[in-house]
Amino acid sequence: MKKGTLRQILLITDGCSNQGEDPVAMAALAREHGMTVNVIGVLDENERTDGLKEIENIALSGGGIHQLVYAKQLSHTVQMVTRKAMTQTIQGFIHKELQSILGHDKEIEDLPPDKRGQVVEVVDELGETMDLEVLIMIDTSASMQHKLPTVEDALLDLSISLHSRIGENEYALYAFPGKRKQVERLMDWTPILKDIHTIFPKLTTGGITPTGPALKEAIDAYQKKRSKRGLLNDGYIEESSS
Amino acid sequence: MTGTSKNPVADVPRGTTIRGKWNKQTYQIMKKLGSGALGTVYLADSVKGRVALKVGTDSMSITSEVNVLKQLSMVQGTVLGPFFYEIDDWERNGKKFPFYVMEYIDGEPLFTFINRRGKEWIGILMLQLLRDLSVLHREGWVFGDLKPDNLLVEGSPPTMRWLDVGGTTPMGRSVKEFTEFFDRGYWGLGNRVAEPSYDLFSVAMIVLNAGYPKRFDRPKKDSEHYLMNKIEGSQLLREYKPILRKALLGKYNYASEMRQELFALLQGEQINVRKNKNVAGHSRVAARQTRPTVKKKRSGWIETVLLVAFLLFFYTLYLVGHIF
Repeated sequence: MKKGTLRQILLITDGCSNQGEDPVAMAALAREHGMTVNVIGVLDENERTDGLKEIENIALSGGGIHQLVYAKQLSHTVQMVTRKAMTQTIQGFIHKELQSILGHDKEIEDLPPDKRGQVVEVVDELGETMDLEVLIMIDTSASMQHKLPTVEDALLDLSISLHSRIGENEYALYAFPGKRKQVERLMDWTPILKDIHTIFPKLTTGGITPTGPALKEAIDAYQKKRSKRGLLNDGYIEESSS
Repeated sequence: MTGTSKNPVADVPRGTTIRGKWNKQTYQIMKKLGSGALGTVYLADSVKGRVALKVGTDSMSITSEVNVLKQLSMVQGTVLGPFFYEIDDWERNGKKFPFYVMEYIDGEPLFTFINRRGKEWIGILMLQLLRDLSVLHREGWVFGDLKPDNLLVEGSPPTMRWLDVGGTTPMGRSVKEFTEFFDRGYWGLGNRVAEPSYDLFSVAMIVLNAGYPKRFDRPKKDSEHYLMNKIEGSQLLREYKPILRKALLGKYNYASEMRQELFALLQGEQINVRKNKNVAGHSRVAARQTRPTVKKKRSGWIETVLLVAFLLFFYTLYLVGHIF
């Protein structure tokens, strides 16, 4: 059985967008493309959380998970959010499948508890073996400057967790704002998240937070990746059929 | 926390009766025992007696925990996790709350016990833990989230029990639930693949935690060196250093290996203690003490022979005297 790929956009930010498209709309668009948008808000100690409603809204409309954390807990949170979002997406698939079998208004809770165990086993199995693509989008606005070393640690930690799975992983890394553009690609799709300690020190931080354009760029990046793969697949089919 | 809105974990007041939707069993809430990310555990009264009852909000994660508890209940001969009774739903104000019922373990947290009874219990309880882990590993499971908070000491003789088995993972898969201080990935000393050495790292960190009750953060780099210094810096930990070192560096492939070496170390310690106190053991000293009694016995035998010989001699003289 071919197991398909989970596609996630992981947005790490610390505040509200202030330039370009509405990020909540872009997240909804990403969802339409079959991606999940997860958002992690990195707080300073004693920072109030009331200005961060946007973070929640982006995740809601992107079908993902959001979490606000202090920099210290970032490592644990990034890997947890990624894994939870995977589980949530898979549960979504399973839920649809169940509805097509049991009827439209049925939920997993309508199954007797003993039967639910088997559903959970399937979800666990898929979470462990499905391939995963994560596009990581890092806010490099000025207020993020001193949090970047922690973000770096968190990403390394994420790769430890994901590489302990059986399924394959691919990562891409972007920053917003970029040096000259709103969004800058730091790392193209790669199966191993390494050498980020050589990239991070070079990052310059800017004043604006173009979250919407960043998400738009992420969708484009996924589209390009897919079309590239499409071409490769076509080439393969032609070869094998001739 | 999650994007999908879920029912908040409601506090269930004391005296509430929970009736299962499917199995129709009733439970009377006695008190709250604790709460975690996935739900709240209560002490409850039932026809089975006192039980622990965990109420959650997400039926998938509750079911996932029950899957593990059921698996552990199937392990023959050894009590690993709390004994599992049943899973059901509780309907309250039109909302459904999944819950499950398990054995109530009336124990004391690991470190509370050690502080009360003495540091020498660490080694002994670790021996127990390693024995149970080796059974768990043989069954194809890894504990995952091994930490003092998940360990209770129960009864007399004191026995280590496992409280929260939610992080238990099939061998070869990735560990999803962990606590940073006890996770080798956090220290940069390995991955999060579920294998025996993952748990053994955590066992070593539990011992380190006993030496440093407040725990400590990871250094910027070279955590191996850092952890070794921490071990050297604590009188309690120093004696366990060779074993802790091997466990932290993933040198043990099986819990039984680590257990054997810990056992040998603890035994060596006991012999040292005996020597220092100058108490006669089972060795040469004892043998030397028994030897003189053997000599005495032999000399007693000679005496008897001599006495008999004398008597015979005088009796002969007597007989000879009669003839003349």
